[in-house]
Amino acid sequence: MEFFERFMIPHPSFLIYVSMVLIVLVSIALVGVITYFKLWGYLWREWITTVDHKKIGIMYLLMALLMLFRGGVDAIMLRYQLSMPENTFLDAQHYNEVFTTHGVVMILFMAMPFITFFFNFLVPLQIGARDVAFPRLNNLSFWLFFMGAMLFNLSFVVGGSPDAGWTSYFPLADVEFSKSVGTNYYMIAIQIAGIGTLMTGINFITTIMKMRAPGMTLFKMPMFTWSALIANLIVVFAFPVLTVALAMGAMDRLFDTQFFAIGNGGMDMLWANLFWVWGHPEVYILILPAFGIFSEIISTFSRRNLYGYNSMVWSMIVISVFAFTVWTHHFFTMGQGAFTNSIFSITTMAIAIPTGVKIFNWMFTLYKGKIEFTTPMLYAVHFIPLFTLGGVTGVMLAMSAADYQYHNTMFLVAHFHNVIIPGVVYAMLAGLTFYWPKMFGFMLNEKIGKATVWVMSTGFLLAFMPMYITGLDGQARRMYTYSESTGFTTLNMVSFVGAGIMAVSFIMLVWNIWYSFKNSPRNIGSDPWNARGLEWATHTPIPAYNFAITPDITDSTSEAFWDMKHKGTEIFKGDIKKIHMPNYSGVPFIMSCGFFLLGFSLIFSMWIPAIVGLIVVLACMAYRSFEKDHGYYIPEEEVKATEKQYEKRGAK
Amino acid sequence: MAKVDHSVPLEYSTEENDLKIFGFWVFLGAEIMLFGTLFAAYFTLVDRTGSGPSGAEIFEITPVLAETFLLLTSSFTIGLAIHAMRLGSKKATLTFMGITLALGLAFLSVEIYEFLHYVHVGAGITVSAFTSILLTTLGTHGLHVTVGFFWGLFIMIQIAKRGLNPETANKSFIFSLYWHFLDVVWIFIFSFIYLKGMM
Repeated sequence: MEFFERFMIPHPSFLIYVSMVLIVLVSIALVGVITYFKLWGYLWREWITTVDHKKIGIMYLLMALLMLFRGGVDAIMLRYQLSMPENTFLDAQHYNEVFTTHGVVMILFMAMPFITFFFNFLVPLQIGARDVAFPRLNNLSFWLFFMGAMLFNLSFVVGGSPDAGWTSYFPLADVEFSKSVGTNYYMIAIQIAGIGTLMTGINFITTIMKMRAPGMTLFKMPMFTWSALIANLIVVFAFPVLTVALAMGAMDRLFDTQFFAIGNGGMDMLWANLFWVWGHPEVYILILPAFGIFSEIISTFSRRNLYGYNSMVWSMIVISVFAFTVWTHHFFTMGQGAFTNSIFSITTMAIAIPTGVKIFNWMFTLYKGKIEFTTPMLYAVHFIPLFTLGGVTGVMLAMSAADYQYHNTMFLVAHFHNVIIPGVVYAMLAGLTFYWPKMFGFMLNEKIGKATVWVMSTGFLLAFMPMYITGLDGQARRMYTYSESTGFTTLNMVSFVGAGIMAVSFIMLVWNIWYSFKNSPRNIGSDPWNARGLEWATHTPIPAYNFAITPDITDSTSEAFWDMKHKGTEIFKGDIKKIHMPNYSGVPFIMSCGFFLLGFSLIFSMWIPAIVGLIVVLACMAYRSFEKDHGYYIPEEEVKATEKQYEKRGAK
Repeated sequence: MAKVDHSVPLEYSTEENDLKIFGFWVFLGAEIMLFGTLFAAYFTLVDRTGSGPSGAEIFEITPVLAETFLLLTSSFTIGLAIHAMRLGSKKATLTFMGITLALGLAFLSVEIYEFLHYVHVGAGITVSAFTSILLTTLGTHGLHVTVGFFWGLFIMIQIAKRGLNPETANKSFIFSLYWHFLDVVWIFIFSFIYLKGMM
């Protein structure tokens, strides 16, 4: 019995029990449905073992939407708890757990897979490649990310959720103050997902640097590919810092090392520094691809090329460098002195310059364009003013002297949601709507889509503008309740209503997918938006080999498809030949299961199963070393037959 | 088999090979950040010895010098192995790789002795922030050497069985990059952890 006690939730509540029952029921139902329709083989052959970047992308998308739901439920619970003074819906401990998981899930398991979905789906198409540089590694990246995310979510029902904030500052996160295994979950689940992300970074840098279509120089790359390149460079240079920090944190908790502990020389501020040396570049990893998506959308629906291509690229490069020089602004009040604070104030404010360049470039693209208000475009034009507002409050927070007033208040919470929601989330949803027909062969309903944007922005403003005010009035973040005499009641209620309206907008999005799946016409061709980039030069649905003939864009600009349509530039030169493709493999999945077992066992300090998990991982690596894997060829006749079918359907 | 380009060395001769070498350089970039972070943490914590010993009290020059010579020599011999590979001599490649791995193993043996010594003199990993970061930094490097040992062994088996072809040549070359990198990291460890610590 004692063995099982460690898996119990230390602070159970009715809600958690309900969730446990629901999770068990949903799992049984899922297994039942898959078994009933005999889908296990299909899942294994077509999805779990796939190395096709488009399918891996779609799996990332599914994970992102699933996690958006989980993080969203957390958000609603937080706002409901604060909607009334002295509310007893959540107690202090549960509130801590919910804001911790909300942060981790939304940043690492929602936003990260969402941008990785776009990397996977778009980058090879935009550069005219057949797949990524290391397709097998790409599959491993996904499954590591998946196992990390699942492991983290498991904490909710087995052993207890982490409760030290998504930043997990020490000494709070040490065993002395966080006794449950929750923080072990944090240290180890994020580590596993982070290894996957690091490999994604290496994969995409290699893909973009080495696999561009003939004639595509760096400064002819589509803007999203540029943003992906820079974001992945940041990944490769920032994630190892997190790897080390998490390993040290895990060792402090599991093996009693003294890195961040108080006494014996440990230094809690070392964690804060390492965390933010990764953490601040991380937000640029998220926002740069979002900028890339908006650049594609704004130029498409302004019906003109992107204004200031070169300055767009250089501003991203400058942002990526500055990203590593501002981390101290996350803890201005933690005692590094006026001189250091001033330096970091200046570097932080300086980031507003390249970002401002981008904002103006988008506006100059709109200027004198033939603007068409489609759903993706509506997201983009809502993004510009809302994001700018978030940027301006960011500059306010960057002033270290003034920061003593805002630090750890709702003002900060309002600020970072103000950049992340209109920035990243809008970009992801706009991109999803924009590329939906390319992925699934039908359009999302425009009417519902546009209504969704308006509802979402209304909800957003109602939810977060009040927080600026209560924050300036001194409402602290991460406090589970407040008294009526503070006068925060009305504004917090408004916030809760706004959160509810945002939830409605997400339900509308789901409804739109269902409605369009049922009703949208399927004969939309391969270019329903009259778009510009090379990715639209493919058939819909995209064949496994992407391009029958590798595009040659020597004579085109960064908008190769537009040139082809309107200037008649030839990009598909030569004849169809046999196409080399990578083999599918189940080994990465098995290896990721090994990682899951290893991680889970470490969390509960169960050494024997941990060693078993480690052996599975190492055995898979050894197997890979000896494996002969040369891929296979799609014969010329088969490619020609497939192409003919598309022509018959009139897809081109 | 993919198209082989004979105008470049064997390890670069296919597109896949070229991608793998480039990708590995990017990976080494990440590794530099990893060890860079460990060094940054080391410099932060080096004087924070709590109630434990300081570096000057526990470092011994003899095993450290032995480790340095072993690893530096192995970096030389892996270079010879790649040279032999380019000349197309399977036997010489295997011999030099064998020497490299033997030196690596010797390095690890001395390092294990060194770790036991630290535990023996009361500088185990849980004693102070300094010992934690010292043993973690050394241990991370040692772990890399261990992984490299098995990796190199697997490649040797493949060369012995399958001969020098674009694939095994590519693997050997990438392995040599990794091994040289570990050597570079060791030079930093030797200079900034041991020598600086003993001064």
